[in-house]
Amino acid sequence: MASLPPIDIPPATTGNGAFDAPADDPNGALFDYLLRLGDDSLVLGQRLSEWTGHAASVEVDLSLANIALDLIGQATLLLDYAGEVEGRGRDGDKLAFHRDVLDFRNCLLVEQPNGDFAQTMARQFLFSTWQRRLLRHLAGSADARIAAIAEKAVKEVTYHAELAAEWVIRLGDGTEESRRRMMDGLEWMARFVPELFEADGLTAFLAERGVAADPDSFRADYEEEVGAVLAAAGLPLLPQQRPILGGRRGHHSEHLGHLLCTMQFLPRTYPEAVW
Amino acid sequence: MVKGGAAIEQVRARDQQSRSSGALSAAAGGVEGLGTNRDCEGIRQVLASVPDPEIPVISVLDLGIVRSVAADRVVITPTYTGCPATQVIERDIRAALDAAGYRSVRIETALSPAWTTDWITPEGREKLRAYGIAPPTRGAVACPQCGSAHTEEISRFGSTPCKALWRCRDCAEPFDLFKCH
Repeated sequence: MASLPPIDIPPATTGNGAFDAPADDPNGALFDYLLRLGDDSLVLGQRLSEWTGHAASVEVDLSLANIALDLIGQATLLLDYAGEVEGRGRDGDKLAFHRDVLDFRNCLLVEQPNGDFAQTMARQFLFSTWQRRLLRHLAGSADARIAAIAEKAVKEVTYHAELAAEWVIRLGDGTEESRRRMMDGLEWMARFVPELFEADGLTAFLAERGVAADPDSFRADYEEEVGAVLAAAGLPLLPQQRPILGGRRGHHSEHLGHLLCTMQFLPRTYPEAVW
Repeated sequence: MVKGGAAIEQVRARDQQSRSSGALSAAAGGVEGLGTNRDCEGIRQVLASVPDPEIPVISVLDLGIVRSVAADRVVITPTYTGCPATQVIERDIRAALDAAGYRSVRIETALSPAWTTDWITPEGREKLRAYGIAPPTRGAVACPQCGSAHTEEISRFGSTPCKALWRCRDCAEPFDLFKCH
C-alpha cells in the first residue's frame, strides 16, 4: 500500500475556479494561504464544539470547549485579514458563513468526524503537533500581520499539543479497550497526515518571499515528535497508508458539507440576525 | 456590559461632578501639547475603574492588557485569541471613556508582542489571590485559601481559557489557578 501514489485530483482537471487566483498574483496567493490557515482553525474549532455538553466528564468538556474557542479566535483573526487582502468587502464572518464547501481550503484531517474521545484526541494530537511547528515558523513571517497572529496563537496551540499528547499516552498506555480505541483513532487519521506536508506552487511562491513556511522544513522534527509520544504510549508507529490529498484545492470528504450545514444554517437563514 | 455597568455608573457620577474639567480636556485635545499629560493621567484613572468582565476584582490595568496610553489613543492587547471577554472589555473601555468625556480617544488593538501573564501587576496578583484565584506562577502553586503548597491539578482547563482547575490536598478546597501564559 505504501508504494501507491497519493489519491488526488489531477491538477489539469481542477483549473482555476471563480475564486482561484493565478499563482503569480501576490494578493491572490496570500488570500488563498490565509484561507488555508483560517479554515484549518475554523473547521477544527467547529468540530470540537460538537463535544460541548457531551463529554464524559466536566473537565474534558471544558478542555475541548476551550481549545475550540482558541481555534475559532485564530480563525477570526486570519479570515478577517483574508477579507482585507481580498478587498471585496468580505470579513471573517462572511467568509466563514457564506462560502460553499468547494471554496474551503482546510486540510482533510480537521474535518474528520469526532468518533469517540480517542479518535478526537488522535486527530488533535496529529494536528496540534503540526500546527505548533507551523506557527513557530510563521511567527517569523515577512508578513507582519501573519507573524503577530502566529506569535500569539503558538502559545495557545502549545497547550493543545501537550494536552493531546498526554491523552494519547494515557489512553494508549491504559486499558486494553482504551488502547484499542486509540489505535483505531490513529488508524483513521493517519492517511490525512501527508497532506499537512504537501507543498504546492502557492506554498513555494509565498515561502520564497518569506511569507509562508515550507512544511517540509519541519517534517522530520514532526515525525520524531509524534514517534516519541507513540513510543511513550506503547503504541506502534503510524500505519503506512495511501495518503489522501485535495483539501487545499477544495476537494473535501463528505463530512465537511454536513459540518457546514450545522455551522452556516443560522446566519444563512437569518442573514441580518444579531444578538 | 452588564457586569461592567456598575463601574461605568461610578465613572458617570464622577463625570457629573467634574463636567467642566472634562469639557476643558476635550477642548485642549484640539491644541497640540496642551493638557496632554493630564489627559493621560485622567485616561489611566478611567481604565483603572474598568473591571475584567470575567474576574471583576481586577481592572484592565491590573491585567496588563493596556499596552500604552496617549492623549488621543489607548492601545490594548487581547489575552487569549478566542477569549469572548476581549470584545466585552473593548466595549466597556469605550463606554467608560465616553462617559468620562474622552470621546475622541481611539482604542487600538495590537497583537504583537503577545500578552503574557508576566504583565499582570503585583497589585493584580494580590487581588487575584484574595479573590480565591491562585496567581500565575512558575514555581509551586500555593492554595489561595490556606497557603499550602501541597496542591494538585484536576484539569488543565477551567471555567475560562485563562484558568486551570486545582485542588488543595491540605484544606481539600478546589480552586482556580490563573495559568502562566
